This record gives sequence, structure tokens and C-alpha cells, in this order.
Amino acid sequence: MPVTTIDGREVHVNEEGFLTDPAEWDEAMAPGLAAAIGIELTDDHWKVLRFLRADFATQGETATTRRVQAVGGVSTKEQFALFPKKPAKKMAYIAGLPKPRGCV
Amino acid sequence: MTTSPAPLVPSFDDDANEGRKLAIICSKGNLDMAYPGLILGNAALGEGVETHIFFTFWGLDMITKSRMNDLKFTPVGNTATHMPMGLTPMPGITGMATKQMKKSIADLGVPEIPEFLEQIVGAGGHLWACRLSADMNKLTDTDLYSEVEGIISATDFIELTAGAQMLFI
Repeated sequence: MPVTTIDGREVHVNEEGFLTDPAEWDEAMAPGLAAAIGIELTDDHWKVLRFLRADFATQGETATTRRVQAVGGVSTKEQFALFPKKPAKKMAYIAGLPKPRGCV
Repeated sequence: MTTSPAPLVPSFDDDANEGRKLAIICSKGNLDMAYPGLILGNAALGEGVETHIFFTFWGLDMITKSRMNDLKFTPVGNTATHMPMGLTPMPGITGMATKQMKKSIADLGVPEIPEFLEQIVGAGGHLWACRLSADMNKLTDTDLYSEVEGIISATDFIELTAGAQMLFI
């Protein structure tokens, strides 16, 4: 399992670069992860990230864009505006979670 | 160690899909045949692919206001349900099968058709109605889901999706 350095901290990642241990993530790390993929975090981004973390803690799976809308209350349109082009993957990456497995 | 390797960051390859288009033709109005097109379209949008969906023949039911909430699934003639074929045309079977399919789909967090279309439009997807099918059913813009961008001919759709990958469902 590769180890990489985000903001001076070592974290375990898979071969693509997604964090593999959600416990190695904390909120201080998110801006660094976001910056690495060209995103500057705002309060709206945080609303999504905090939902994803809380949802993962109870569900054991990363929420899909559908779930972020239906349960998290952030519309698909807004998710695309905040995390352009590939919201599901980008949200998961910044939140230190695996890519969502769900189809919808 | 004198040099530290660059951080390993996923390559989201935003530009790789630049210019990539997907055209999906939905020609069937059975509940079980409505979902594949919408699921694939939604997945493509989530990968940053420009997606156009053309609703033709029975597929037009999916975007017809009076019908879109009421698509049905029937096991008649569908061996994949593994029901004895003699039972499938019996009264009430379509209702039961429809209810069961809706429940299975909802349990997986997949929305019903109208809400799914909303999500696809929210993700930037484009919905088009087939002119011939609309004429056959005597339907106009006001009969169709409000987010449908237009009633267009097959030729228009082919022009619109030049260079696209096509799926016929």
C-alpha cells in the first residue's frame, strides 16, 4: 500500500491516490487534498464533506451523489458546481473516503 | 533521502472526457426498460461526459406527464423472471410485479422515474422528445415533462449528437 505525504503528513493511499484509512483523515487535511485537485473549500463544500464523513461513519460506505442530494440535502446541480465534472469522486477524495460503489 | 516524491494524487483526468458525448435512445416504456438508459446516462454525467437522451416510441411515456409516474413492469414473455410463463398473463400479476420492482429499486436508493429525470437534468443532462412519437400520440410541449428541451426529429438528434457514442435501449 503506497504512502504519500499530504501537507507534511504521511497517509496511506491506494494505487490511484485515494486515502485508504478514513481514520488518517481529519478536517485540517481537507484543504490540502482539495488544493491538490484545484478546489478551494468554502462553507458549501464543508457542508457536503461533513455530511459524507458522518454518513460514512454510520453506513460504512461512501454516499453517492444521489444520497448526498436525498439525505444530505445538497442538490445534484450544486454538487456539480462545487466539485466540477466528477463530483462523486472528488467529494470522496477530499473527505478521505473510498470512491462510492453505488451506481446512482 | 535527498528528494521527496511528489504526493500521489488521483488523476481525475477532467480533460480526458472533454468533447466526449453520449447519446442514449430510449425506445421502451416498460419500467424495467426505462431504468437502464437513465442509470447509464446518470453515470456518464458523473464522469463529466456530455449526455443527450432521446425518447422515442414507447420511451416517450417516460417523459409524458400523465404516464411518467405510472410505468409498469410485466413478466409476460420475460423468461428472465423465471416465473412459469403460464402464470404471467394472469390478472394482477403486472401490478404485483411492478410493485415488487419499485420496492427493490427504492431499497437501493434509486429514485422513481420523474425524480431520476430531475437528477439527470440537475447534472447537466439533455432530454429530447421524438417528433414522430409525439405526433403519433398527439402530444405537445405542454404534455411533456417541463425539462424536456424540445420535440425534435430523428435527423435533428443525429445532427445534435455528431461524434457521440450511441446506445439504443
